[in-house]
Amino acid sequence: MRIGFLFSILLIPFYLGIISSNFNTTVEASFDKNETIPVYDFEDLEPLLYTNNDKVYIVNFWAMWCAPCVKELPIIQEYEKNNPNVEVLLVSLDFAEDIETKLIPFLDKKGITSKVVLLDDPDANTWIDKIDPTWSGSIPFTIVFDKNNRSYHERAFKNIQDLENVIIQTTKNK
Amino acid sequence: MKKTSLVLMTLLFLSSFLITTNVSAQERQGPPPNGERKGPPGGGHNPEQTESLKQMKGYKIGDTAADFKLKNVDGTMFSLSNIKNAKGYIVVFTCNECPFAKMYEDRLIELHNEYAPKGYAVVAINPNVSANNVKESFAAMQKRAKEKQFPFVYLADSKKEVFPKFGALRTPHVFLLNNEMSVQYIGTIDDNAKSAKDVKVKYVEDAIASLEKGKKPNPNFTKAIGCPVKAD
Repeated sequence: MRIGFLFSILLIPFYLGIISSNFNTTVEASFDKNETIPVYDFEDLEPLLYTNNDKVYIVNFWAMWCAPCVKELPIIQEYEKNNPNVEVLLVSLDFAEDIETKLIPFLDKKGITSKVVLLDDPDANTWIDKIDPTWSGSIPFTIVFDKNNRSYHERAFKNIQDLENVIIQTTKNK
Repeated sequence: MKKTSLVLMTLLFLSSFLITTNVSAQERQGPPPNGERKGPPGGGHNPEQTESLKQMKGYKIGDTAADFKLKNVDGTMFSLSNIKNAKGYIVVFTCNECPFAKMYEDRLIELHNEYAPKGYAVVAINPNVSANNVKESFAAMQKRAKEKQFPFVYLADSKKEVFPKFGALRTPHVFLLNNEMSVQYIGTIDDNAKSAKDVKVKYVEDAIASLEKGKKPNPNFTKAIGCPVKAD
């Protein structure tokens, strides 16, 4: 009994290994299409604005009603496609009731497959400063970060080169 | 004896299997990769770079706003000095098409109807007016003002000269001036754009109440999500 019990305890790390490796693959699986879009408040969103892994993150605040934002989306998406170490999160400030009828069809039509969440937290005056005290609240607004560095951009990126320069500039402090 | 250990091992093995299937079941619902990222670092020791020079421009609290002369939807030219015996001015940059501006249209009408008789009129300025955009043209402004029966002036910043002086960045963006045209409050109308009935703090009304008591508004600066002001 004792040996058998010890043996099963010894096996625990092995089981955990199966679980965590499984978890990692599911986390890194890329989205082919945004079929559902989660609705977050700021508290839900905040953990996604920081990392301790080795990837570079681009978090872009946008909305369908914001013309410069819509123009910028393909630039960000293209950059993500060409750079496997980059993960994009598009934070939509559209209306939660429009997800099914407008937002998902919009993303589908534009071919946007980057991950999208919808931020529905009315008291923007409170959470804007928590993201970046110098952000006025106008969009598009983008945060570029890795585990050591971050930069904030209250403007639209003009092209992929523009975005790439920003990422190089941001992540050069290792 | 051996039987029990075997049972234990099988149980352990089976339970691990249960957990793995559970994880992939969660994945199908598309949860955020929460486990992978950390919360905000406490101290903020990380090197940070910021690109938002826009905020440095425009009036700050206490600055005196320059009067302007803009065309109203009724075709006449309007200046702040046209309002006689004003105790203050609720200058708001807004436009036709922005969903946030639209959500505040009724609240601006109420604000004007309540406060204009008390000496604080709403002065709406469209910084996005454009002859090339049918939805933001002067004719479209006239149409919208008529549909909604705006009780306040709705001015076209056609030369894009007024909004940069104020530093209006988004629509709607309020600048509350006192009777000497000194800027007393900059920001949003209240704390809930999407739902008027869920508003908890009415920033502009609170700021006017402070001025009425001879006090400085607090807060005198708030932020909000809004549509970007188009400079082109």
